Amino acid sequence: MAKKAMSRSDRLFEWGIDAFLVGVLVVTLVPMWYVAMVSLLPFGKSPSLLLPPWEWSFAAYAQLIFQPTIWRAALNSLLLTFGGVLISLTLTVLAAYPLSRRELPGRGFIVGLILFTFLFNAGLIPTFLVVKDLGLLNTYWSVLLNGAVSVYNLLVMKTFFQSLPESLEEAARIDGANDWQVLRHVVLPLSRPILLTIGLFYGVANWNNFFEPILFLSDRSLMPLPVVLRDILTGLNVAEYVEGGAAQAAPAEALKMAAVVLITLPMLLVYPWIQRYFTKGVLIGSVKE
Amino acid sequence: MNPAYPSKPAPQWRQSLKHLARSVWRHRVLYLMLLPGLLYFLIFRYWPLWNAQIAFRDFQPTLGVWGSPWVGLQHFLEFFNSYYFSQLLVNTLVISVAKIALGIPPAILLAIALHETSRRFLSRAVQTMSYLPHFLSWVIVYGILLAMLSPSEGLINSGLRALGLEPVPFLTSTATFQPVVVLSEVWKETGWSAILFLAALLSINPALYEAAAIDGASRWQQVRHISLPGIVDVLVLVVLLKIGSILDAGFHQIFVLYSLPVYSVGDIIDTWVYRQGIQNFQFSLATAVGLFKGVIGLVLIVVANRLARRFVGTGLY
Repeated sequence: MAKKAMSRSDRLFEWGIDAFLVGVLVVTLVPMWYVAMVSLLPFGKSPSLLLPPWEWSFAAYAQLIFQPTIWRAALNSLLLTFGGVLISLTLTVLAAYPLSRRELPGRGFIVGLILFTFLFNAGLIPTFLVVKDLGLLNTYWSVLLNGAVSVYNLLVMKTFFQSLPESLEEAARIDGANDWQVLRHVVLPLSRPILLTIGLFYGVANWNNFFEPILFLSDRSLMPLPVVLRDILTGLNVAEYVEGGAAQAAPAEALKMAAVVLITLPMLLVYPWIQRYFTKGVLIGSVKE
Repeated sequence: MNPAYPSKPAPQWRQSLKHLARSVWRHRVLYLMLLPGLLYFLIFRYWPLWNAQIAFRDFQPTLGVWGSPWVGLQHFLEFFNSYYFSQLLVNTLVISVAKIALGIPPAILLAIALHETSRRFLSRAVQTMSYLPHFLSWVIVYGILLAMLSPSEGLINSGLRALGLEPVPFLTSTATFQPVVVLSEVWKETGWSAILFLAALLSINPALYEAAAIDGASRWQQVRHISLPGIVDVLVLVVLLKIGSILDAGFHQIFVLYSLPVYSVGDIIDTWVYRQGIQNFQFSLATAVGLFKGVIGLVLIVVANRLARRFVGTGLY
């Protein structure tokens, strides 16, 4: 905004606004900073916000990084995240495209059928019984399939397809392309931003998912990172994750917080992309007919 | 057609049926594409609906859904007459309402501050950092909360001890658990919730601010008379949407944060359903409670949508 001669009240206003923003920044960052500080805590020191760098100890990280349990959980997480995105995006695109075509007979009915599941949920137990009856308990298919399609994402994608100029598809059809070819060669190349956005939506949800693995999986070796982190934090199985005399190498609270940092890092690495596409995504997400 | 014969109804519907069949056949590739998604919804969303009938049966896994004996409303009555009914409902509503009441004002304030500040760098930094917690799993936030609130080495309790006060077991005390749930949600989601309000502010015609400034309106008056009216529609929409899902008090969050000592204040409908159903194998009772919640939720969201259409002119779906 233009800086003109400001009245005193306006200066006060600007000062108040900026102070509030700095306050938000502090409240957001201090807890995360403190987690990092505790993770670097050496023995015999009490945690502090201002642990000087020459006292930092990376023993907790060294401990965790060599734990096979952590590596297996990381692989499990990667598998669930990327496998899930692949399945979810495929199903979402394949359903969204036909439903974006206004002339499709029965389209309104099918959209209604899908929308109803958005409004009414049969609940946890009936869904659990389906997964059980399908014999999917304790397999990754339970986690991958149960939450595969989000109605919200489906409707966002459908809205996007509807916004594409029809003349392009029309031209391809006149050239003899069938619907499948139109989707592959005309629609999808134009949809990269929305595919990335929705893919990230699914990816973040999968990476953070801890409840469905707990609900459907019983084999501990199948558990992804968030479940392992929860076990470490509740202190149930610290001994399992930190073998032998290793527990003496770093204080327990440093181990816990180092685990928090390690599991947050991948998210921080992709965060610039997430931020770019999510903020766009939340605004195109006007899910309306 | 021959005008001598008045057209009879039969050929006409037969013709339109033929027309429809031809149209369906012409779009067969599209239906084929729809098939996997449709199967997904039928299996994972409609089959559970069928299974939900065990709310009215006494489900025994060996007999299956269809073979278990009917008991009518027994499970519902048991739930309504139990002591935990009011407790669950109160916990769910208190936590939900507090999240709405304490969550929306900071989000509006943040959006207005981001919109008003003349420091671009500060604005960008705050946006980047305040959206971040939204993308963290509740398990990670639980770790952060432990670092802040743990009675032994948590930052806040170190502060209390430095002031000569007794440390407070925030996560395991019935007096503090609900505030922790509500405030941690506010910490995690304020930045993200501000986006919608910020978008509404950015869509206000800048000429309004310029005209007001020329007329001598102070910055605060501009916020009061231009910015706030500009976000009322979004505010109404957000509040209605939240009321529509008021029975969702944050299952994943509470599932991670709560523990036996705070069940009396932290147990919500969803966490109770999980424990009774999955851990205690009370499938029918848990399904009945889940169904009760689903039906109320459906009514609420439909009413909220009607209201949104009437007052804002646009619905939630």
